[in-house]
Amino acid sequence: MAKNQSASLDRKKFFADPIMVTTIVVLIAFLTLFILYPLAILLVDSFVTDQGIGFSVFRRIMKMSNFRRAITNTLKVGFLVGIASALIGLLFAYVEVYVKLKTRFMEGLFKVVSMLPVVSPPFVLSLSMIMLFGKAGIITRFLLHIYDNNVYGFWGIAIVQTLTFFPVCYMMMRGLLKNIDPSLEEAARDMGATRWKVFMTVTLPLILPGLGNAFLVTFIESIADFANPMIIGGSYDTLATTIYLQITGAYDKEGASAMAVVLLGITLLMFIVQKYYLEAKSTATLSGKASRQRMLIEDRSVTIPLTILCSLLAIFVVMMYICVPFGAMFKTWGYDFHLTTKWFKQVFTKYKGLKAFKDSFVLSLVASPITALLSMIISYLVVKRKFKAKGFIEAVSMLAMAVPGTVLGIGYIRGFSAGVFRTGFLQGLYGTGAILVIVFIVRSLPTGTRSGISALRQIDKSIEESAYDMGADSLTVFMTVTLPLIKDSFLSGLVTAFVRSITAISAIILLVTPQYLLITVQINEFAEKGAYGIACAFASILIIITYSAVLLMNLVIKYFGTSRNYREE
Amino acid sequence: MAKEKKGVRLEHISKIYQDPKTKKNFYAVKDTSLDIEPGSFVTLLGPSGCGKTTTLRMIAGFESPDEGEIYLGGEPINALTPNKRDTAMVFQSYALLPHYNIFDNVAYGLKLRKMDKETIKTKVTNILKLVGLEGMEARMTNQLSGGQQQRVALARALVLEPGVLLFDEPLSNLDAKLRVSMRTEIRRIQQEAGITAVYVTHDQSEAMAISDKIIIMEKGIVAQMGSPQEIYYHPKSEFVADFIGEANFLKGPLKSKNGSDGVVDISGTKVDVKEIKNFGIGDTCTLVLRPESAVLADAGQLPCRVILSCFMGSYQNYHVMVGDNLVKITDFNPKNKKIYNVGDNAYVKFDPANVHVL
Repeated sequence: MAKNQSASLDRKKFFADPIMVTTIVVLIAFLTLFILYPLAILLVDSFVTDQGIGFSVFRRIMKMSNFRRAITNTLKVGFLVGIASALIGLLFAYVEVYVKLKTRFMEGLFKVVSMLPVVSPPFVLSLSMIMLFGKAGIITRFLLHIYDNNVYGFWGIAIVQTLTFFPVCYMMMRGLLKNIDPSLEEAARDMGATRWKVFMTVTLPLILPGLGNAFLVTFIESIADFANPMIIGGSYDTLATTIYLQITGAYDKEGASAMAVVLLGITLLMFIVQKYYLEAKSTATLSGKASRQRMLIEDRSVTIPLTILCSLLAIFVVMMYICVPFGAMFKTWGYDFHLTTKWFKQVFTKYKGLKAFKDSFVLSLVASPITALLSMIISYLVVKRKFKAKGFIEAVSMLAMAVPGTVLGIGYIRGFSAGVFRTGFLQGLYGTGAILVIVFIVRSLPTGTRSGISALRQIDKSIEESAYDMGADSLTVFMTVTLPLIKDSFLSGLVTAFVRSITAISAIILLVTPQYLLITVQINEFAEKGAYGIACAFASILIIITYSAVLLMNLVIKYFGTSRNYREE
Repeated sequence: MAKEKKGVRLEHISKIYQDPKTKKNFYAVKDTSLDIEPGSFVTLLGPSGCGKTTTLRMIAGFESPDEGEIYLGGEPINALTPNKRDTAMVFQSYALLPHYNIFDNVAYGLKLRKMDKETIKTKVTNILKLVGLEGMEARMTNQLSGGQQQRVALARALVLEPGVLLFDEPLSNLDAKLRVSMRTEIRRIQQEAGITAVYVTHDQSEAMAISDKIIIMEKGIVAQMGSPQEIYYHPKSEFVADFIGEANFLKGPLKSKNGSDGVVDISGTKVDVKEIKNFGIGDTCTLVLRPESAVLADAGQLPCRVILSCFMGSYQNYHVMVGDNLVKITDFNPKNKKIYNVGDNAYVKFDPANVHVL
């Protein structure tokens, strides 16, 4: 019994559609060249030396005590941040889904907390951490009169990363908790369990895989993070910063490649566990939709402590963010609190701010529509079409999620500075704006693809089949049916890609040439120098740009997004 | 209305699927040959997993057959993609385009055929009149009831004047009453349009009400095909008899034979039967007795004991034991008849001409 005929017929039908074939070929070429190839070249670099293939480079870097320390540092931070973020995320999610919040204020606070990390550049919290708790920090120096507080190092990174990443866990856990059928818990209550007992024996076991999932996602984010350890790490080096210094400081390309392979190995391992084991498990236990509204907890002995705890945390986070624009409005933070506009002025007069904003803005603006369209095309192919290379496309676009920016940056340097495979082919790309745009695309592609895939999975397969049946070819189906149906996802993908690109730093900082001034690179530079006023001014303007982009998106979706009208159907 | 009625021919069609768990290949459809005449209404009927939808999707082009060739109007179409085939399908979930209004939904295929605006408008208006949705052009699909959505789906397929119209369980999402009126409607429209139709359903009464010809499928194989009457009165197997309507099966050896008539021994009672030409003395015969072709009486062919007696309004429902066999009887219009109660002894009475022998 062989499926020869159907296979050959399917192939014939497939090749009868030249547009789709071309799209797939181009897509495969893009993914191979800009995701797989740079990673492959890192492997080549770290295994192949003049003496042949071997572990000599690894042996050399493992002898470096700072590298060994960086590994343990990174894992320690990642572990703590993962646990803390997952738990705080769970707390927030639980309070939102289970506890009756009386005030509009609290609801607003929750919304802001979930929104802030999306719109702000990754290292903003490090900046404000230093300004609040550092040697010249308002809280440490002026409120507590501690003059030599050291925020740099393990705790600095851990706190800042936790505050940056827990909102992601909060969103993940909220989705899971909402999917628990309230009657499960009511049944347990009815049989005589206390609320605490219900939480420990019913709710917690149900969301445990999800909690593990949240932990690993944060863990990966934490060990891949470059900007925060760079600014607030001080002498506490993590893998990402060590790799950066190895290539920019020691100019040791092979060593940096091998270190990048080690970092990639760790994130990849975590990613595989998360993706193929926990993610499947966390949704499998909670397949059913809640059958009806949950009775919210009104018991004051529960609501009051939980509300206070969440509010304090949320207010702390908001305060950290507010600190940034204030930092740009005082003459000398920590010493001279006279209001001034000098930092904002200097951004444009002294530090070529206009060019920096223009460069960042234009490059991100070019990258975001390409990213959004590309991720929608990938999701369409993955969800709706059957073809051989589908597994490859899906795997590689998801793989990009597990690749830390620093690793990608090193890969691009090694892979493109002398052309593809050092042949000079495509060498012209290196050092141009185009390669920056490509990095932006590759960095945002997985997020967009993931949201596109989940949007498309909700759409009945036969809707597209019906259009196909009525005589439309793949391109027409995609343009007239698929894309309009996932318009919201496309729009939010567009803005997410823009925001991610304009706030990106880890890979970009390795690839940017003096020709381009990027805001994030500027902020990083000033923050490292200790020029917080000017760094804050840059960061404030950046936040305004990203926040406006998100506002604009919400407005557009509200008035032009069609999905809402028929999603209920 | 159709440009040209087209027939559909399936020649030794097979489709192989892989079981996702055991990774073993199995035939979803096996060596199926059909000849659907132009302009006729043919129904593929069977339980879920019998291969009826797979067959329909192979005609539409969504699936490719592993063996055999499909012809549409005499042309082989195996290698054609669905958008190049002269077929139009009505989906189970209707699959209306939710971001378009009714007009645009119906006009979608016409626009793809690059017709001018005026022609499109006339065609859409006419077809909406035919399905009874005049004046609703501007409504969005989520403002429609299930029945109305069904009509749009039908109009959208009809307006393309396809060589053959394909229906994939189109009524299964409607409530029982609407199902009955919609199936009459579909039949009327098909005949008015004079179009070839292939219809998939698992509902036997729907199949009988609507079809010129029914094809019963079982585990990927055609079990029987014929007119509704042929299939109902002369089922070729117990599976067919049981699937199309209810049936009692009484087994016993053929005792004597006289031409096409004979006598069968059922649990010790001799019963006269007809049409037993193909059987020899001593062969086991299976008597197929429809519940509505027998009644309970004080005298009749088979002695029995009543174990269930239930008033259903239009009929009295009996379960009786004939020896070890359970026999179901529906006695219509029971108002002025004698009602037997549980535990009563009685006789099952029927006309031998109403018994089909397997």
